[in-house]
Amino acid sequence: MHNLYLIIAIGGQRALLPAACVESVVEVTEITSVPCAPPHVRGLFALRSRVLTVIDPLPALGERRTSEHGDQAVIVHVDGHLYAMLVDDVDDVVVIDGAPAAPRALLTPGWASHTEGALELDGEPLLLIDVATIIAGPLDLAA
Amino acid sequence: MTPNDYMFGKGDMDDLLGEFVAETRDTLEALSGEIVAWEKAPDDRARLDEIFRFVHTVKGSCGFLNLPRLERLSHAAEDVLADCRSDRRRPDTALVSAVLNVIDRIAELADALESGAEVADVDDDVLIAALRPAVPPATSSAAAGETSAGLATGADDRAEVAPFPPGEALPRPTAAPLQPRSVARTIRLPVDLLDRMMAGVSDMVLARNELARRLRDGETESATEVAFERLSTCIAEMRDAITRTRMARVETLFAALPRMVRDVSAELGKQVQLEIDGGDVELDREMIEMIRDPLTHIVRNAIDHGIEDAEGRVRAGKPLAGRLHVSARQAGNQILIEVIDDGRGIDGEQLAEKAVMLGLLPAEKAAGLSLDRKIDLIFEPGLTTARHVTAISGRGVGMDVVRANVEKIGGLIELDSRPGLGVRITLRVPLTLTIIPALTISSGGEHFAIPRSAIDEIVRIGGQAVRMGRLGGADIVHIRGQRLPVVSLGAVLGLAPRADQANLVVVKLSGGARYALAVEAVHDHEELVVKPAAPVVMACGVYGGTTLPDNSRPMLLLDVAGIAERAGVLRDGAAVVELASEEPEEEAPDSGVVPVLLFRDLDGVQRGIPLALVERIEDCFASSVSNSAGRMRLNMDGRLLPMLSCGAPIVETKFRVLRMRDGAEELAYAIDVVIDIVPVAIDLQTSAVPGPIAGVMLIDDQPVEFIDAFWLFSQGLGGEPVPEERPVCLLSDDDPWTRQVLAPLVEGAGYNVVFDREAAGGKADLIILPDGAPAPVTGDAPILKLRPLADDRGASPDSLWRYDRVGLAAQLRRHWNRRSA
Repeated sequence: MHNLYLIIAIGGQRALLPAACVESVVEVTEITSVPCAPPHVRGLFALRSRVLTVIDPLPALGERRTSEHGDQAVIVHVDGHLYAMLVDDVDDVVVIDGAPAAPRALLTPGWASHTEGALELDGEPLLLIDVATIIAGPLDLAA
Repeated sequence: MTPNDYMFGKGDMDDLLGEFVAETRDTLEALSGEIVAWEKAPDDRARLDEIFRFVHTVKGSCGFLNLPRLERLSHAAEDVLADCRSDRRRPDTALVSAVLNVIDRIAELADALESGAEVADVDDDVLIAALRPAVPPATSSAAAGETSAGLATGADDRAEVAPFPPGEALPRPTAAPLQPRSVARTIRLPVDLLDRMMAGVSDMVLARNELARRLRDGETESATEVAFERLSTCIAEMRDAITRTRMARVETLFAALPRMVRDVSAELGKQVQLEIDGGDVELDREMIEMIRDPLTHIVRNAIDHGIEDAEGRVRAGKPLAGRLHVSARQAGNQILIEVIDDGRGIDGEQLAEKAVMLGLLPAEKAAGLSLDRKIDLIFEPGLTTARHVTAISGRGVGMDVVRANVEKIGGLIELDSRPGLGVRITLRVPLTLTIIPALTISSGGEHFAIPRSAIDEIVRIGGQAVRMGRLGGADIVHIRGQRLPVVSLGAVLGLAPRADQANLVVVKLSGGARYALAVEAVHDHEELVVKPAAPVVMACGVYGGTTLPDNSRPMLLLDVAGIAERAGVLRDGAAVVELASEEPEEEAPDSGVVPVLLFRDLDGVQRGIPLALVERIEDCFASSVSNSAGRMRLNMDGRLLPMLSCGAPIVETKFRVLRMRDGAEELAYAIDVVIDIVPVAIDLQTSAVPGPIAGVMLIDDQPVEFIDAFWLFSQGLGGEPVPEERPVCLLSDDDPWTRQVLAPLVEGAGYNVVFDREAAGGKADLIILPDGAPAPVTGDAPILKLRPLADDRGASPDSLWRYDRVGLAAQLRRHWNRRSA
């Protein structure tokens, strides 16, 4: 499982998620809002008698949302809780061997703090998202 | 390699050792309790046998797992116990302490096995040597027999040592045995497996509810319904059974107490007698673990700070041994764990002084606090009044942490202190973690749930005895004379209001502090499956979890303490003082004891009325009640009596009325059932607003509302004529507006409305016409003209704007009165 990754598209870019923490991909239809929650927490969503917390990864990455978010979300579990992370698109699951390397490009602070390096797929460098920190939201929240 | 070699893989060994450590831990804890109990009743043979078996088992496991140190220690203990069994030795304090110390060492080593730590083995010998009998001063029998390295045989020892050497008494209580001997058939399960089962059953309950909804909506044959009922029953039973797997007896919480009390009291040189009650009450295992530390802390505090030393107790005229009573009982959907001591109580004054000194509280505020609030200061972090911080309880890990831990599991902690008499600390914990009875409310179009254990009562703004107000820029409410801060849920959560916040949910926090949460609507009481929310959601501070009710939309459970904090009420000194110096109650005391009739009203509330006002109590049929013009009348003995009620509908075919007479007039008040007649010195907290309730007082600790007879008579009577005598008002029937809009208004003012001149029989008492219409020729009835526009230019001078409600009502009343004059 260590070399399996899911290719997703968020914030206009393609990126990778470790397949090990992805449960499934769903359409998030009805979101119940959570008043007083930080903006990256979109609300709650019920799936087959389980309550998931819907997370928008863009604020953490420092990207601005240009359009209304779509319905697609990737279900991940972190620390015993289930989250639905909103994504623009979901592609394939691929095998990429080797450890993530430091990306050669200069990343914005948002991307830098929430990714764990880059892996190369057919010559295209893809950043590996750090799911746990994305769930926690933008860094200045934690301060 | 021979076939007889046992080859344990490393993995196997780890598993076995892990199991051994876990089992040993369990066993040793129970063992300590048994040994202490045995010490107090050394003739209890059966108990001694049990203890021996425990130790024997431990020794056996040690041998099998090739753990020589442990084996040696347990073997030594076993020998001593064997001696006691065969009466070669009598258990005395020294022996018991020695055995307990060996047990401790075994536990220590077992833990070290797991953690890989090193424990020096130098002291093993000392411990084992201590197991040997002490040489008695006067009679010296053979002190020989100590040959082998440290293993006490005692076979030659005939030394008789008195069981309780004088001067060292731990008092021998005459009370019942401390805890039942417990060896149950058990298995050990990983908690995750149980959680999966619980989650599965919770989901099953939700699926069943959804099926119920669909069956309700569609057409179902009775066979389907029967099958569904069976399924529901099975699920309910399974849910109960699974819930019980999570439950354990509180005994496991109490098991460690005797040993701890013994040690702490010995260390502090105090004598404490411990009583334990209700060990067979059951609680969620996880809850038990979370209460363990707070309970330990509370008990230690009680011994350390509460119970006086021997001298102090003698001076106070108390028995030499302090009494500590720990009990558990179930009360509704809560478990109450109480720790009661008969020590010196909590000194509120001293706490307040200390708080001022430490700068936690300004001096003026401290002066304004009631004694209860001062005692509550014990929960302030950083406050400890121990004259010297003892190692045991004064580490600054104070009552604030205890309270936080209790609140974390949805529990409450209450303090009741009597100076010089003692302290009672009550921990209230919800009965299970997962399925919680809750109230659903909504504000701003969003629905939320509040755990029922946190709710004191629900009142409507505008209801009797509820008076809103402002104090120092903050909203407050007076409910039956008591002032509470008001927190707007919509404001705290930043919700866009959809409607008026017309309901107040009075919630209570740990320590009894209360406030009123203003919400828009109150919905239902439901049992909800509550699961913990994700950390980012919990970080908001105002939520306690998430739940998925029947309609499958996720709902948040509110954390009332968190909301109070976010709203800034109750925790800062100012609000504390506000609550404390409550408005003096306005009292209208009626002195003297009079018989009061207590009854249950139609809405289920217990109310009362002085018996002297009630002439008779009668049973009636609901069918003999008639409603006309908004008034209820009771057909009784061929007459129509005005009847009043609290407003709740009459659902039974039969009900009861209190017939009341004020000398001339009579009326009936509808109730559900009479409860009792009790002598009461009526002393009411009167309502602020006149209404059917005169006020409220406590009778036998129950709040009872008293009916205001004056108000009843003023409402019930009032000279309203029977319908046949209603004045007739003729309305021109020319347009729909007259029929739809005007006619009901006129009828409501007490008239019979007719539209046809002929039908009026020429005898109309009042005629209402549109301005400009021709007047009727017959009769001399007064005419009221209504003009369509508010502007009166061009209209008759005495006309009335048709929408001038006040003017219209005044005219109607005037003519009505004139007619009856």
